[in-house]
Amino acid sequence: MAVAIILLLIAVASVLFHLLSPWWWTPLASNWGYIDDTITLTFWITGAVFSAVVLFTAYCVFRFRHKEGQRAEYNPENKKLESWLTVATAVGVAAMLAPGLVVWHQFVTVPAGATEIEVMGQQWQWSYRLPGKDGRLGTSDARLISPENPMGLRPDDPNGQDDIVVQNDDLHLPVGKPVKVLLRSIDVLHDFYVPEFRAKMDMIPGSVTYYWFTPTRAGTFDVLCAELCGVAHAQMRSKVIVEEEKDYHAWLEKQRTFAELSGRGNVAKAAYKTESE
Amino acid sequence: MVDIPLDTVAGIPPAEVGEVELYHPRSWWTRYVFSQDAKVIAVQYSITAMAIGMVALVLSWLMRLQLGFPGTFSFIDANQYLQFITMHGMIMVVYLLTALFLGGFGNYLIPLMVGARDMVFPYVNMLSYWIYLLAVLVLVSTFFMPGGPTGAGWTLYPPQAILSGTPGQDWGIILMLASLILFIIGFTMGGLNYVVTVLQGRTRGMTLMRMPLTVWGIFTATVMALLAFPALFVASVMLLLDRLLETSFFMPTLVEMGELKQYSGGSPILFQHLFWFFGHPEVYIVALPAFGIISDLISVHARKNIFGYRMMVWAIVGIGALSFVVWAHHMYVSGMNPYFGFFFATTTLIIAIPTAIKVYNWVLTLWRGDIHLTIPMLFALAFIITFVNGGLTGLFLGNVVVDVPLSDTMFVVAHFHMVMGIAPIMAVFGGIYHWYPKVTGRMLNEALGRFHFWVSFLGAYAIFFPMHYLGLLGMPRRYHDIGETAFVPASAHDLNAFMSVAALIVGFAQLVFLFNLVWSLFKGKEAGGNPWGAASLEWQTPETPPAHGNWGKELPIVYRWAYDYSVPGAPQDFVPQNEPPAGWSARGAHP
Repeated sequence: MAVAIILLLIAVASVLFHLLSPWWWTPLASNWGYIDDTITLTFWITGAVFSAVVLFTAYCVFRFRHKEGQRAEYNPENKKLESWLTVATAVGVAAMLAPGLVVWHQFVTVPAGATEIEVMGQQWQWSYRLPGKDGRLGTSDARLISPENPMGLRPDDPNGQDDIVVQNDDLHLPVGKPVKVLLRSIDVLHDFYVPEFRAKMDMIPGSVTYYWFTPTRAGTFDVLCAELCGVAHAQMRSKVIVEEEKDYHAWLEKQRTFAELSGRGNVAKAAYKTESE
Repeated sequence: MVDIPLDTVAGIPPAEVGEVELYHPRSWWTRYVFSQDAKVIAVQYSITAMAIGMVALVLSWLMRLQLGFPGTFSFIDANQYLQFITMHGMIMVVYLLTALFLGGFGNYLIPLMVGARDMVFPYVNMLSYWIYLLAVLVLVSTFFMPGGPTGAGWTLYPPQAILSGTPGQDWGIILMLASLILFIIGFTMGGLNYVVTVLQGRTRGMTLMRMPLTVWGIFTATVMALLAFPALFVASVMLLLDRLLETSFFMPTLVEMGELKQYSGGSPILFQHLFWFFGHPEVYIVALPAFGIISDLISVHARKNIFGYRMMVWAIVGIGALSFVVWAHHMYVSGMNPYFGFFFATTTLIIAIPTAIKVYNWVLTLWRGDIHLTIPMLFALAFIITFVNGGLTGLFLGNVVVDVPLSDTMFVVAHFHMVMGIAPIMAVFGGIYHWYPKVTGRMLNEALGRFHFWVSFLGAYAIFFPMHYLGLLGMPRRYHDIGETAFVPASAHDLNAFMSVAALIVGFAQLVFLFNLVWSLFKGKEAGGNPWGAASLEWQTPETPPAHGNWGKELPIVYRWAYDYSVPGAPQDFVPQNEPPAGWSARGAHP
C-alpha cells in the first residue's frame, strides 16, 4: 500500500514540479520559436506516457500486491495487445519526429539574404569578424596567426581588407536581420552558445561550421562556451548586443578594419616570415 | 496462445558430445585467487568493480560539493573539477557498469542459467579478469602521477584531450588510453567466453527460446561489445600516437597559446565518430543486461511469467542491432554534415519503439500478478520509473532540432544519469539482492536493504529529476562554477545546493549497502537453495553456493521455459525448468 502511494506521489510530484518550476527556458530572442514549440510538444507526449506508465504501475502494485491465497494469472502473451501498443508508440514517435525534422530542415537552410559573420574561438576568448562595405569576408589560415594578425586573415585577399575585426570586445548585431554565423577555432573544440538564441554549434579547428538565426529583440546576452575546451572553459565569456539598426551602424563606424589594424606593410612582412619558416 | 512453454516434450535430444573435464584447483591459490571457476571470477570482477565504483562515488561527492557550494572548498579548483568529472564518468561507464554486468553477472549467471559446468574457455576467462584488474590499477595510478588524471571529459575529445590547456596532459591522458586498451583486451577474452558459452555450452533441452531474459540481455550486450569496443580501441591507439609521436590522426593545423604546432591534416570529428560508434552501443551494453535482469526479477517476484517473452527477445535483439546506426545523435551540434541529422534522428526515434515494448511488457507482467514487494521487486519498480523517465528525455535529445538548445547542458547530464546511471544501478542492486542468497547461501539483511532502497531511489530521483530544468534554463555542463551569468537566477544556486545535499545522503546509503554485503555474509539468514521459489536453472543446483562444476554428477535437462509461474493446475506456483512434465518417465530423458 505504502509503495503504491509513493509511486503515485512520484507521478504527481513530477508533474507539479514541471508546472510550478521557476527554472524554465530563457525568454526567446531569435526566430527559433519553432524549436521551443517542438520541445513543448515533446513535453506533452512524453509527460503523458510517463504519467500513464507510473500510474499504471502504482495501480498494479496496489491492486495485485500479494495477499494470502492469491495466485497470478497465467498469460504468456497477447499478440493483439502487443501489436496495438507497438502501433500507438510508433504514432507517438512520428508525432514528435515529423515536426522535429521539418524544423531541422529550416535550421539547416540558410536564407539567401543572411549576412555572414564570423566567430572565432581560442583558449579562452572569442573574436568576431564582420564583413565590411563589400559585404564579404576574406579568407583565413591558422598558419598566418601572429600578434599583428590574431585571426589569421590572408593579407593578399582583397575581400578581407575591409573586414571589421573585433577583439576582446562584445559582438553587436542589428535586430531583425538574419545572420549566418561562420564558426572557426584555432586550437580546440569550442561552442558558441547564447541560450536566448537557442541555436548552438561546435567550432572545430581546421573546418568552418555554421548556423543561422535572426535576432528578434534588442538586448544584451551572455555568450558561453558549450564544448569543453580546457581548464578555463567556464570563464570563456563574451556578450552579444542586439540593437536597432542605427545604433548598430553607429557602433560599426567606430570599429577598425583589418587593413587599418595591421597596416598593409606589417601584414606583408608577417606573411613573408610565416611562409619562409 | 500458450504455445511456448509446453512444446515438443518428446524432443529432448541426446547429448551429442561427451563432457569435458574441468581443471580442478589443487591449492588455495588456484581455488580462490587464480581461479578458473566462472563463479569465483564473477565475484572477483564484482568486488573490483565495486571498489573502483567507490572511487567514482567519492569523486561525485567532490564535484557535487563544488557545484552546490562553489568557492567554499578551497581544495577543489577548476583543474580538479575537470579531473573529477572525467574519472567519475569513465569509471562508472566502463570500469564499473560494463565490468559488473558482463564480468560479474555474466560470469556468475550464464553457466548456471544455461546449465553448463563453467565457461567454455576457463583459462582465458581467468586472464580476462587479471587484465581487467591491471587496467583498473593503471587507471587508479593516474591519481598519483605528476599532473594527475586527465581532465578531458570522459569523451576524451581531441585536440583538447592532448593539449596543455587540459589537466593531466602528461601521464593522465597517456595512462587513461593505455588503461582503456588493456580493458578492451581483457574484455574481449571474457566476451568471447560469454558468447561461445551461450551458443555452445547450453545443456540438453535449453533451446535459445527457453533461456531466461537475463542471459539474452547479457549475450546480446556481449556481442555488441565485441563489435563496438574495437572502435574505441582504434581511437585510443591513434590518440595515443597523436600524443606521443605527434602524428595527426585527429589533429589539424592549430595554434596553441600563440604557438603554431606541428600537427596538420587530422580530423577531430573522426575521433568523435569512432568514439560514439563505441559509445552509443555502450549505452545498450549497460542497458540490455539490466533489461534482462529486471525482466527476471519482475517475473519471479510477481509470480507470473514474463509477458510477451518472444517479443522481449526480439526487442533485445532489435535494440542491439539498431543501436549501431544511431551513434551520431551524440554529434548533432558537433559540426558534422548537418544533413546527417535527418538520418540519425529517424533511427534514434525508431529505437524508442522496441524499447517502449519492453516497458509495456514489464508493467503488463505486473498486471494480475501476485506481487511480492521484496527488495528485488522494489528495485525493479524503481528501475521502471527511472528508466522510463530517462528514456523519454532521450526523445528530446534524439530529435535533432530539440537537441540543439539542450545539448551540452545539464539536461543531458540529467538524462544520461537517469537512463544509464540510476536505472542500471537499480538493476544491479535488484540483481544483487536477488542472487546474493545463491552466491553466499545467506539472505541480505531486510531492514538495511529497505533503508538502502528508499534512500537510494528517492534520493537519486530528487537529484536528477530537477537537474533537467537547470539544463532547460540553459546551464551548461562541465562548468565548475557558473559564476555571474545574467540568465541564471539565484534560485538555481539553491537548487544546486539541494541536489548536492541529496547526493551526499545517497552516497552514504551506499555505505550501508556495503556493510550489509559483509555483515550478511556471516550473520545473514540461511537462504536454502531456492528462497524466492524461482523456476530458472540457477536455483536448482544440488548445492548452495554451487560447487565447482555447478551440477554434481549429471547435468540438468531442461523441459520448459524459465517462466512457468502460477501455471494452472500445478501444485506450486512455480515449476522449475528441469522438472519433467507430468507423466514423463525418467527413462525417456536418457535415450
